[in-house]
Amino acid sequence: MTYALEITGLKKTYKGGFQALKNIELKVEQGDFFALLGPNGAGKSTTIGVMTSLVNKTQGQVKIYGHDIDNALEEAKSHIGLVPQEFNFNQFEPLTNILVNQAGYYGVDRKTALIRAEKYLKQLELWDKRNEPARALSGGMKRRLMIARALMHEPKMLILDEPTAGVDIEIRRAMWDFLQVLNKEGITIILTTHYLEEAEMLCRNIAIIDGGEIVENTTMKGLLAQLDTETFVLDLAPIQHQVSLDGVVSRQLDDHTLEIDISKKQSLNQVFAQLSSQDVEVKSMRNKSNRLEALFVSLINQADKTKENSKVEA
Amino acid sequence: MNNTIALKSILHKEVHRFMRIWVQTLVPPAITICLYFVIFGSLIGKRIGEMGGFDYMSFIVPGLIMMSVITNSYSNVASSFFSAKWQRNVEEMLVAPVPNWVIVAGYVGGGMCRGILVGLIVTFVALFFVDIQVHNIWVIIATVSLTSATFALGGLINAIFAGSFDDISIIPTFVLTPLTYLGGVFYSISLLPEFWQGVSQANPIVYMVNAFRYGFLGISDVSLVTAFAVIGFFIVTLFVTAMVLISKGIGLRS
Ligand SMILES: Nc1ncnc2c1ncn2[C@@H]1O[C@H](COP(=O)(O)OP(=O)(O)O)[C@@H](O)[C@H]1O
Ligand SMILES: [Mg+2]
Repeated sequence: MTYALEITGLKKTYKGGFQALKNIELKVEQGDFFALLGPNGAGKSTTIGVMTSLVNKTQGQVKIYGHDIDNALEEAKSHIGLVPQEFNFNQFEPLTNILVNQAGYYGVDRKTALIRAEKYLKQLELWDKRNEPARALSGGMKRRLMIARALMHEPKMLILDEPTAGVDIEIRRAMWDFLQVLNKEGITIILTTHYLEEAEMLCRNIAIIDGGEIVENTTMKGLLAQLDTETFVLDLAPIQHQVSLDGVVSRQLDDHTLEIDISKKQSLNQVFAQLSSQDVEVKSMRNKSNRLEALFVSLINQADKTKENSKVEA
Repeated sequence: MNNTIALKSILHKEVHRFMRIWVQTLVPPAITICLYFVIFGSLIGKRIGEMGGFDYMSFIVPGLIMMSVITNSYSNVASSFFSAKWQRNVEEMLVAPVPNWVIVAGYVGGGMCRGILVGLIVTFVALFFVDIQVHNIWVIIATVSLTSATFALGGLINAIFAGSFDDISIIPTFVLTPLTYLGGVFYSISLLPEFWQGVSQANPIVYMVNAFRYGFLGISDVSLVTAFAVIGFFIVTLFVTAMVLISKGIGLRS
């Protein structure tokens, strides 16, 4: 089956020389609910920009439902509905007009567009505001307006760039529910976020981006398991035999080094008990730091900061 | 992909925009034209007497109409497209499968609608001051359409390069207005010393105003063929320029 999204060797250097994307490799299956998680400045919006032709790529290949953006750009674009990070509608235009015009750009005739506008405005609780200019909406409403707008041409794939940034918790939950329903109906959803909780709540698969590179691309479950594990490096008195441990993953690197992966819930005692019973002497032990862990600490700090800021603003 | 629907949507949005703010877009030209008629037509015009065999008021009417068509076609596209860039709603079109020529045609069409509508309003106002005769309606229609398309394209290019609202008023103030005033709206080029007649021939607006005046009065300082050739040249050049700029994403894509 063709992938909903397939990115290979994508690089982007902005004018002025800053390299925002170093080498992006990404595959998203049809029907997936996919998270692109990364700290501010990681390159999430740039990646989405390239997919939607708002950013010119420097190198690499991007395919949307099998359509290469280099030679079938319009086909590729017709499958995407985009909810950008920043508000980008005409603030003076009434909601209905914004939706109907957007549908028109995708070739949806006015009559059909009006029916769909009603449907989505009602679903997203904006129907009462349909004749108001967009600037009269609250932040959460504006965000929902952009979701409605992205759905007007009934795309196969919905891309949301930090959709819940600055949205309060109740509306955030309602939005999550709405997205889950869409996904069940068969729409592929790609969402960028810097909240792990959000990705955890919604997504099946996840890629982690940092400094313009994909550092991890796995299932949500796999990632959580990985985050839950710690790796220890044990320095041993030289041994001749093979150590075998129950209940933990271990790698014997040489005659005096053993690496073990252990869940944070598991106790180390049982490991040591097993080692003693096999006459293995542990001389020292250190925690092996992993990049993912460090990244998550920074992500969490950032998320906390954002929350504090929004408190101040409120 | 249905380009007709996309084109109609852009046109619809553009016309809707200037109609919604009609006090800013449609009323000022009507007021300006009244002032011109009062000052040049009634007060000063009587002392000037005839120009090109017609009373002064009749002589300047076509030029005044053309002047408002030019300014309004230009500024409609310049401000609408720049504000779409500024508010970033231009992205609505850029992410959709809309071919570049449809974007250009939509905005230029919108500018033409405003230019021509204002032209009609000004003509209607003029009827209170002077009898308007028609020598050749087809020349009138062709000139007004092509001229408004030319300046709508100019406004689009201006907006593509513009980085601030100031940038879309610089060209109208420093280029368009002088060219229009020196474009034979108020006088026949033949009155100028030979040197300045030559210089005037480099001004495209001279050709537009004269062709337009020919449509009403049957008189022109330049030949119609030359006039249409000049206008055609500008349209093609500006259209190609606009297309290249948009496909490269100048000022639009990073
Ligand atoms: N138009 C631009 N010109 C130059 N640098 C940019 C531009 N847009 C983004 N960048 C830089 O590229 C990096 C990635 O940005 P972005 O993709 O917006 O990150 P994210 O969405 O993950 O927060 C950042 O360091 C940002 O400053
Ligand atoms: Mg971003």
